[in-house]
Amino acid sequence: MDPIKVLTANIDKPDSTSIDTYIDGGGYEALKKALSMTPVAVTEEVKSSELRGRGGAGFPTGMKWSFVPKNAPKPTYLLCNADESEPGTFKDRLLIERDPHLLLEGMIISAYAIGSCSMAYIYIRGEFHYGATVLEKAMSEARERGFLGTNILGSGFDLDITVHRGAGAYICGEETGLIESLEGKRGQPRVKPPFPAIVGVFGGPTVVNNVETLACVPLIIGRGADWFKSFGIPKNTGPKLYCVSGHVKKPGVYEFPMTINLKELLYEHCGGITDDRPLKAVIPGGASAPMLTPDEIDLPLTFDAVMKAGSMLGSAAIIVMNDSVCIVDAVWRLAKFFAHESCGQCTPCREGTHWMEAILDRIERGEGRQQDADLLLDMADNIGGKSLCALGDAAIGPVISSVKKFRDEFLHHVTHKSCLPGTKRYRRLGAVAAH
Amino acid sequence: MAELQPENPYAPDRFPDPAKKVEFSLEAKRRFDDLLPRYPTRMAVLLPTLHLAQEEWGWISPEVVVYVADLLELSPATVFGVVSFYNMYNQRPVGKYHLQVCTNLSCMLGGAYDIYDRLQEKLGIAPGETTADGRFTLVEVECLGSCDTAPVVQVNNDYHEGLTMETTERLVDGLK
Ligand SMILES: Cc1cc2nc3c(=O)[nH]c(=O)nc-3n(C[C@H](O)[C@H](O)[C@H](O)COP(=O)(O)O)c2cc1C
Ligand code: SF4
Ligand code: FES
Repeated sequence: MDPIKVLTANIDKPDSTSIDTYIDGGGYEALKKALSMTPVAVTEEVKSSELRGRGGAGFPTGMKWSFVPKNAPKPTYLLCNADESEPGTFKDRLLIERDPHLLLEGMIISAYAIGSCSMAYIYIRGEFHYGATVLEKAMSEARERGFLGTNILGSGFDLDITVHRGAGAYICGEETGLIESLEGKRGQPRVKPPFPAIVGVFGGPTVVNNVETLACVPLIIGRGADWFKSFGIPKNTGPKLYCVSGHVKKPGVYEFPMTINLKELLYEHCGGITDDRPLKAVIPGGASAPMLTPDEIDLPLTFDAVMKAGSMLGSAAIIVMNDSVCIVDAVWRLAKFFAHESCGQCTPCREGTHWMEAILDRIERGEGRQQDADLLLDMADNIGGKSLCALGDAAIGPVISSVKKFRDEFLHHVTHKSCLPGTKRYRRLGAVAAH
Repeated sequence: MAELQPENPYAPDRFPDPAKKVEFSLEAKRRFDDLLPRYPTRMAVLLPTLHLAQEEWGWISPEVVVYVADLLELSPATVFGVVSFYNMYNQRPVGKYHLQVCTNLSCMLGGAYDIYDRLQEKLGIAPGETTADGRFTLVEVECLGSCDTAPVVQVNNDYHEGLTMETTERLVDGLK
C-alpha cells in the first residue's frame, strides 16, 4: 500500500503555515460550503463519513456532536484537545506546527455544526510553546480575512478561538481533566455522568475533540463523506496518521488509509528494525495499549482489528522494540510514567500505579520474588475497572500484556538476578528515582 | 502529578515574606488584562496568569502565589494547590538553562538515560539540582511528543532533538 498525502497535503510546502499557502491549496473553501449548509446537515455529513475520534477512544464524532442539546440555557463550547501527552504520540504537533489553518478551519466548521458556540479553546500542552505561537499567528491571519470573529463571511455566525496552554500534566488529556484544568483547577477528572456534552466546561454543553479529528472535518465537508469513506473500510474510515518510534530505521509520522498492515508499515515503509535485529514487541497505540508480539503484527491498523488482537489503536502511537530490549526495564519505564501522572484522586490508581512501578523495579534489580509476576497481575486486577477514569485501565495495559507474553523473562530475573542474555537495560540502576 | 516539595512544607521560606512585595511589570499587566475577556470566569485565567508570572520571575514563589491569588480573587491555598499539581510551574528557582531530559520509552531506547547520566556527571549535580553558578538545572521529564527524533532535551522553551552524546555536550558547552 502506498502512503497518501491528504491530512499532510500541505506540510511540506514552503511557508506551509501561512494563510496564503493554505488558501492556494483550496483552504477555507470547505468553510464557505459549510456556512451555506444548515448545522444539522454538516453534522449529518460528518456522521455519514463514519469519522471516529483520533484522540484515543475512537468514538464516532458526528454522534458525539449530536448529543449536544439544542437551546441549552448556557453557551456551548468546543474544546480542541491538543494535550498530546500519550507516550509515543507526535502527530498533532506536526499538524499544529506545519498546517495550523487546517485545524482552525476544522474547528470553525465544527463549532458551527454544534451550534450556539461562540468561543472555542485549543488546550495545547504547555511544552508545545512553539506550536502555540504558530497557532496565535494563524488565528490573527484568519481574523484579518474574516474567517474568525463576528459575522464570519457574512453568515451571521460568530466565533473566536483562544489558545490555552497546559502546564505539564498527562491527565489533562483526559477530557474531563482537561475541562477542570481549563476552568483553572487541578486537572482531576470528573465523575461521569453527566457527560461533557450535557454539562462540560463552565457548566455549558461541551464537545472535546482531538486535533487530528478536527483536521478531518474540512476534508469531509469539502470533498464529501463518500470520498472520505473511500479510505479504509466501513466503521474504520479515512486517512490516518501513524506515529512510529523506537527501534525502526525510519521513525516518523506516516499517513495511510486506515487499513495499512502493521507489519508492512514497519518493514516496508519504516525501513525495518534498527540494527536488523529481530523484533521483540510492538506497542500499537501509545503507552496505554497492550503489547503485541511479532507473531501478532500481521494485522490492519484499524480500530476494530487492533481491538480484536487484544490491544487498541489508541492514538496510533507505534513504539517498536527489538530483541535487545529487556522487557522488564521497558515496562518499568511505562509504569513509572503512569505512577507519576496518576492524579491521585482514587486509591486503586494512586497507590496501585506506584506499587506496580516498585515491584517492576525490584524485579529488574534482581530482588524480585517468585510470586511477583502473579502479584502484578493481581494488582492490575484491582486497578482495572475500579478507578474513576481511564488512566487506571491504561496503566495496566502494558503490565498485564508483558507479564502474560514474557513471563519467562520475568522469572529469569528472579532466578538469575540478571536480564535475559542478549538483552540490555537502558538505564543505570542508581538510587530509586524520586518523582 | 507534580510532587510537593519533599522538604518540610512548614519551613519558613515556604511562607510568603510580607516585606517582599511582587508586582507585574506594565507589559505583563497589559497581557494579563488581555486574558480576562477571553474567559467567562476569573478562575479560568489562573493557568495563563501563572505562566505569565513564571515568565516574569522564573518561578512561582510564595509571594507570587499570594499576588496571583489577589489578582484573581482566589485563596492562596487554591492557587498553591494548582501550582503544585502541574509539573511546569517551578516551586523553586531554576537555573538560567532548565535542561529537561525526556526519558520515556522511545527516548530511553534512543539512549536518553546515557545522556541524562552524562549531564549529571558533567554538571556535577544530581537530578533536580541547580549548579552553584545558577546556570543549569537538570530534570527528567515525561514524553515531550517528539519521539521520532529521540532522544530529546528541552532547554527552557526549545526542543533539541535527535541528540547524541557529542551533540549534547556541544549543546551544553554552547549555553553561556
Ligand atoms: C489518561 C488519558 C489521556 C488522554 N490524553 C489525550 C490526549 O493527549 N489527546 C487527545 O486528543 N485525547 C486524549 N485522551 C482522550 C480524551 O479523553 C478524549 O477521548 C478525546 O480527546 C476525544 O476526542 P476524539 O473523540 O476526537 O478522539 C486521553 C484519555 C485519557 C484517559
Ligand atoms: S484513575 Fe487515576 S488518574 Fe484517573 S481519576 Fe483516578 S487517580 Fe486520577
Ligand atoms: S519518548 Fe521522548 S519525546 Fe516521546
